[in-house]
Amino acid sequence: MTTLTYAALDSATMLGRNLKHILRYPSLTLMLIGQPVLFLLLFVYVFGGTMGAGLPGGAAEVGGAEGRADYLDYIAPAILVMTVASVALSTAIYIAKDATEGIIDRFRTMSVAKASVLTGHVLAALLQTSFALAVVVPFALLLGYRPDAGVVGWLGAVGLLLLLALALTWLCLALGLAAGSVETASNTPMFLVLLPFLSSGFVPTDSMPSGLAWVAENQPFTPVIDTLRACLAGSSPGADGWWAVGWCLLIAALSYAWARRLFVAARAG
Amino acid sequence: MSNPTTAIEVAGLTKSYADNAVLRGIDLTVPAGTVYALLGPNGAGKTTMVRILSTLVRADAGTATVGGFDVRREPDGVRRTIGVTGQFSAIDELLTGRENLKLMADLAHLRRDEGRARVDELLSSFDLVAAADRRAATYSGGMKRRLDLAMTLVSRPRLIFLDEPTAGLDPRSRRDLWQIVRQLLEDSVTVFLTTQYLEEADHLAHRVGLLDGGRLVAEGTPAELKAQAGGETLDDVFLALTGHAATSLDDDSDDDSDDESDDSDDSDELEEIR
Repeated sequence: MTTLTYAALDSATMLGRNLKHILRYPSLTLMLIGQPVLFLLLFVYVFGGTMGAGLPGGAAEVGGAEGRADYLDYIAPAILVMTVASVALSTAIYIAKDATEGIIDRFRTMSVAKASVLTGHVLAALLQTSFALAVVVPFALLLGYRPDAGVVGWLGAVGLLLLLALALTWLCLALGLAAGSVETASNTPMFLVLLPFLSSGFVPTDSMPSGLAWVAENQPFTPVIDTLRACLAGSSPGADGWWAVGWCLLIAALSYAWARRLFVAARAG
Repeated sequence: MSNPTTAIEVAGLTKSYADNAVLRGIDLTVPAGTVYALLGPNGAGKTTMVRILSTLVRADAGTATVGGFDVRREPDGVRRTIGVTGQFSAIDELLTGRENLKLMADLAHLRRDEGRARVDELLSSFDLVAAADRRAATYSGGMKRRLDLAMTLVSRPRLIFLDEPTAGLDPRSRRDLWQIVRQLLEDSVTVFLTTQYLEEADHLAHRVGLLDGGRLVAEGTPAELKAQAGGETLDDVFLALTGHAATSLDDDSDDDSDDESDDSDDSDELEEIR
């Protein structure tokens, strides 16, 4: 068998191990999915009536059902992005747990394909992301979310979400390996869940003070969210699409290099 | 390149962390099919030695050949040859005992039926059949250590590193583990063992190296060392050759801290392991 076959075989073995972990630690998965679901309920039913009325061209009446529906429509892409970020965050916890338990040292003294430990985590995260999205999207639909996207729009949205998941998972693997403890690993990637608030996800960026608006317009989550919004509305994302894909590829490539370096250099205590 | 009857060949090995010289020029040879015990107190550099030989850490200088492969240039060859059980448990606590062993069988690319047979065989020889389908997190310390060692053996390595394999175990579990090491020898496996228990080295090893402050201060069969130092036990040897008593019995302390251990007089504690 070739090196590549072994690498694929070992990655599949590691994936199996990670999926068992996910199944045996259901409270973490529940929290990961529960978080975006809770945000969705909070933002639609608590803030939605007022916020929806404040959107450009929003409902005239503050606190009305129409405002809530408009706001649900507006924030749905940001909620999907937070779902992806939330799952990626768990990867930091899983890899940090591996590293502190000494099992990574065992793998590193075995003739195991080098990247398989990490790719196993990435594959598991992608499956978990798909599962989380398969819960959160229908939930949004249940609340009355009615995107105009056709098949192409949905494919574009799902494709971008998975690409984002890939980028954020590699980033979280690096953060988890750099953390040195499970506690730190569960904290350092928190900014990924908070950063969507400082984007076009929940309010239009031009409603922010100019300094903040500049940050919001130029951070990676904004083009990603704008692209998702366009795809789901059935329109073309234009230049935002390229920015979104470019940011994801850049984050994925840098994080991959970082995570790999940390993994090779890691010296568990 | 190296003699097939030589399992480990080390020359002039040094390693420092920052300003702290952990190994200061180690030379040793381990013939295939024998047990070599590296004996020394905490902070002597035992774990660093194992980490270098098992390709986890690079030495600063010197050469090391394991199973005929150079640890620096041919780490994959070394990894195909060895099995490592460290002093920190390297089992997956969310998996059952059987699943842990199966994981090793899969990573060793054993055929499915072959892997299953090997897993069953190890479960029974390590007395883990009853607990096989329980999560490893529920295992006692001794069971975890047995599972850890069983995982190391799945791929039938010809050379096994045991880094303080019995630290923290009760006397019975310790004797069980010794029994297992002796069985390994019947399969002509080479064992490189580190320990701070003189009794353990005396019991198991064909040759013993005394490591102190990053140097090998004495080496030989247990009998030779005793004769050399004119003592009855390895304890006497240790005292004669290093000028201080062998080590504390602080099972919780680890060897990785790389700092000088507390070598205070602990001859009273020494009695406890006897």
